Amino acid sequence: MSIRPEDVRHVAHLARLAVDESRLPALATQLASILEHMEVLQRVDTNGVAPVEGVGAGSTPLRPDSGPPIPLGHPIESFAPEVRDGLLIVPRLATHGEEEAERSP
Amino acid sequence: MTTAPRPDVSPLTPEESAARHEQWEMVVGLEVHVQLLTRTKAFCSCSTEFGAPPNTNVCPVCLALPGALPVLNDQAVELAVRAALALDCKVHETSVFARKNYFYPDLPKGYQISQFDQPLATGGRLVIGSSEDGADVAVRITRVHLEEDAGKSLHDRYAGATAVDLNRAGVPLIEIVSEPDLRSAAESAAYLRLLKQLLEYARVSDVSMEQGSLRVDANLSVRRRGESKLGTKTEVKNMNSFAAVERALVSEYDRQISVLESGGVVQQQTMLWDGARGRVRPSRVKEGSDDYRYFPDPDLLPLVIESKRVDRIKREMPELPAARRDRLAQEYSLARSDVDVLTATPELAEYFESVARAAGDAKAAANWVMGDVLAAVNARGQPLETFPVRPDDLGTLIGMVRDGVVSRTAAKRVFTEMMETGRPPAQVAADAGLLQVGADDQLTQWMDEVLGENPREAERFIAGERKLQGVLVGLVMKKSGGRADPKRVNQLLASRAQQGK
Amino acid sequence: MSSSPLTEIPVRDIARGVRDGSLSARTVVERAFDHACEIGSGAGGLNIILAGNERAADMADEVAETAQRTEFAGRLAGVPVALKDNIATLDMPTTCGSRILEGYVSPFEATAVTRLREHGAIPVAKTNMDEFAMGSSTENSAYGPARNPVDTSRVPGGSSGGSAAAVAAGLVPVALGSETGGSVRQPASFCGVVGVKPTYGRVSRFGLVAFGSSLDQIGVFGRRVDDAARVLQVIAGRDVRDSTTADVPVDTYYSAANAERLDGVVVGRPAEYFPESLDPGIRSLCDRALDALRERGAEVRDVSLPHTDLAIPVYYIVAPAEASSNLARFDGIRYGLRVPSERGLAGLYEETRSRGFGPEVTRRILLGTYVLSAGYYDAYYRKAQAARTLIADDFRSVFQAGVHVLFTPTAPSTAFPIGAVTDPYEMYLSDIFTATANLAGVPAMSLPVGRSGGLPVGGQFIAPHFGEAKMFEAAYVLERALGEDAHR
Ligand SMILES: [Mg+2]
Ligand SMILES: [Zn+2]
Repeated sequence: MSIRPEDVRHVAHLARLAVDESRLPALATQLASILEHMEVLQRVDTNGVAPVEGVGAGSTPLRPDSGPPIPLGHPIESFAPEVRDGLLIVPRLATHGEEEAERSP
Repeated sequence: MTTAPRPDVSPLTPEESAARHEQWEMVVGLEVHVQLLTRTKAFCSCSTEFGAPPNTNVCPVCLALPGALPVLNDQAVELAVRAALALDCKVHETSVFARKNYFYPDLPKGYQISQFDQPLATGGRLVIGSSEDGADVAVRITRVHLEEDAGKSLHDRYAGATAVDLNRAGVPLIEIVSEPDLRSAAESAAYLRLLKQLLEYARVSDVSMEQGSLRVDANLSVRRRGESKLGTKTEVKNMNSFAAVERALVSEYDRQISVLESGGVVQQQTMLWDGARGRVRPSRVKEGSDDYRYFPDPDLLPLVIESKRVDRIKREMPELPAARRDRLAQEYSLARSDVDVLTATPELAEYFESVARAAGDAKAAANWVMGDVLAAVNARGQPLETFPVRPDDLGTLIGMVRDGVVSRTAAKRVFTEMMETGRPPAQVAADAGLLQVGADDQLTQWMDEVLGENPREAERFIAGERKLQGVLVGLVMKKSGGRADPKRVNQLLASRAQQGK
Repeated sequence: MSSSPLTEIPVRDIARGVRDGSLSARTVVERAFDHACEIGSGAGGLNIILAGNERAADMADEVAETAQRTEFAGRLAGVPVALKDNIATLDMPTTCGSRILEGYVSPFEATAVTRLREHGAIPVAKTNMDEFAMGSSTENSAYGPARNPVDTSRVPGGSSGGSAAAVAAGLVPVALGSETGGSVRQPASFCGVVGVKPTYGRVSRFGLVAFGSSLDQIGVFGRRVDDAARVLQVIAGRDVRDSTTADVPVDTYYSAANAERLDGVVVGRPAEYFPESLDPGIRSLCDRALDALRERGAEVRDVSLPHTDLAIPVYYIVAPAEASSNLARFDGIRYGLRVPSERGLAGLYEETRSRGFGPEVTRRILLGTYVLSAGYYDAYYRKAQAARTLIADDFRSVFQAGVHVLFTPTAPSTAFPIGAVTDPYEMYLSDIFTATANLAGVPAMSLPVGRSGGLPVGGQFIAPHFGEAKMFEAAYVLERALGEDAHR
């Protein structure tokens, strides 16, 4: 499986990383050479082998439906880049009306 | 005269539209997200209370601060299992939480904790009616899974900015996915109403579309009637009421038919309901750009629910709508149509049963509840739980009518007074002088006055024009302020006519 | 000025001295800070410390006062501890060695730190690290590479290089690091100190900034086995804030502190960890250690862990995949760096993350996103998780066959010169002997077994899940057997 510059562009977009067009080929080559070392896995017979899913045994522990929450030692304003009236502020989405709807919860 | 903008762009006449519907079948599956009624969030101990000041119900976990980790809320599991069982699903002993990865300002972790290939429950059904031969018509439920809600983005609060409130981030949800078993907008709306009712009865959610505790997305395709292969589906989103769902489905159905009839093909895409324009429009986001990269969440072990627990939840299941309808019809000998009204919500059914018990008269209780009570509750626009006339008092009032203590007419006035003051009916009736008068002295005096004030009618009545009796009774009742016992007035008038001869 | 800083006193003795009043906690802490200044541990020098705790001396006084006033049983009373900078602290920033968290002070504290403080330990400093723990040399820090105190032209290993170096340089007797794939044991080996990676689920990850959640575990550095054992003792155990901590009783790790012999103990020597190509200096030191174990009564048995060669490919699929998701929260919205952009929110995301993350982090996010993306998930991620089961099964069968602990070299090389390794995959191979324990979730530790070419070499014990006590027992005996040879 070789990785092409357009794959890197797609993946960079998914990861919200700006990658300069000029760097795509080099990054593709680098990732491809790393992934080459992973090819050894394709030769391993994993038929009937259950993948590791959650480390440890038993069920995920459950907590009672009660407070209090873990406290914040200092308020949101002390670490958030921009807060107004208690709200976190980001630039308005260009397509806000629809992106709101796009995102299925 | 200016033309108002057409709410619907469909240029079809009703006849054309009907012809279309005869040819093309609508195929709908619904995805419903429902907030669970827990005190705290799904993976942290923050309050789920609605309407708190922005970003006050938050903690390191739901703010996705570096190093914070999720711990699952036991009650969210309880309610999700209860909902799944109410929908006749098989609850799986092991289910797995997965991360659904995407960027959005109100999704703090950059992923939603959801369930993917190993959901909590699968394979259920919801009965939405019955066929002519009496068999159940059911919609198959594909799956019910547990996940967390995102926060809220406010786009219109500040110019050029989106404001994010994370109070809702992490509130537990279930997602209920149906098979594409629905065949019309009306059927889809019926499914939603019954689903909402079921979840109310199971006490798993507020199921309020207004408060956002119930949200609906639809998958819709069309095919020629008789065809068994499914057409290409689109996803319809952004519908904020059941009415909007119906309108959006019709709009998308018409759009797809137009595409197909003009020789085009339906593109798999997301359509957004635009309530203001009354039509769907394609979303501008490219299809395929949403690659959610699901993988099992390594911060949580698989959720193992022992069959003992499932059995216990099943045993403790509150009475569900179908059972309640059957029981009410039987126990109180009520008509099916009345039962349907009385069981619309669990609160109403509860209210009715309390009134019926207190009154000892189910028929009268049903009439009162379906009539005056519902009218008043709807007029007030407040939930039934805060309605000032408590069921016991209404039961007492019904008993007073039956025993002739107050007249039917006076009872309505007593009821109105009770609604305003919340006082018990006997007191209200006594204070307002509404206790029924059955004493012949008083009744004869009122009758004599009425006959004296209406000499022409009195003469004709005595002369044998018996149909005037109703008018005269009415006048006596009026004079008495509703207190006169109409039965006795009738008797007195009849014997006066007898004597007059 | 003392040639032997107070911090060279064993942890047990510091705590005892502070508790009985014979030692001033404040003096211990101040001495640690003085020593840090003397040797130049900050930027421009060794660059192993990113921040000091201004409240440390006051905290020391509070501990001393509590010890005076009450029957304070703090097992780590007055012990100065350095913390890797991906462990959340209230009094110092937590940057993860990244620009994206420059200046970020966490509003909550890691459970491990809380437990240390409850036992009287004093967090004195945050240590340099590879950005988000991605690296094996501490060269990938946004705040510049850290240097190895043994040879300042060389790397201290990584990613917990700052913590390993802080202990090696005598700044602190103990430090916390974290492991995803060898990030405590490999720098311990490079710096000539003890480094312990507990069983996955033994120590709470709450407050440890996530890299590869199914692999991450807080680890401990100490000058001696006993120092590390006593710190792990305090931080181990179930935490209701971390769903992946195990509800398994915590054994006493220092009960074998005075053990001399290992009669009846079977030490496995896995062939795959002693390949033909193994550096001869490292091989001979490990052989010497195995001889010492035999002399002390242990039975050394040749064993095989046939899937060892899959560890690096599996690790470099699983860890980046999880990292790509774990690092999505660094988006410039709620905390940390925000780089505004003319392209609105889309630009803000991309500019913030591109400027905030260094090249190795960017590379791993891309790799991780790729292996999870549609069409590749089964071939990479699912396949890797299945192969991971095979690696875990290797350990299970060896331990089921009666082996108590395994002994191997910790790393295939000694500390290399700063800038010497430029190929990413060559760097990844530093973890070839350590990543297996992370993938299988078993405990492992490195301790000094001697020097090769003047540079420290570590030997590694690997034990079954929750077998820390046995692992420490073997380590205590080996440490005693080697004596000063361990540092020669
Ligand atoms: Mg969903
Ligand atoms: Zn919270």
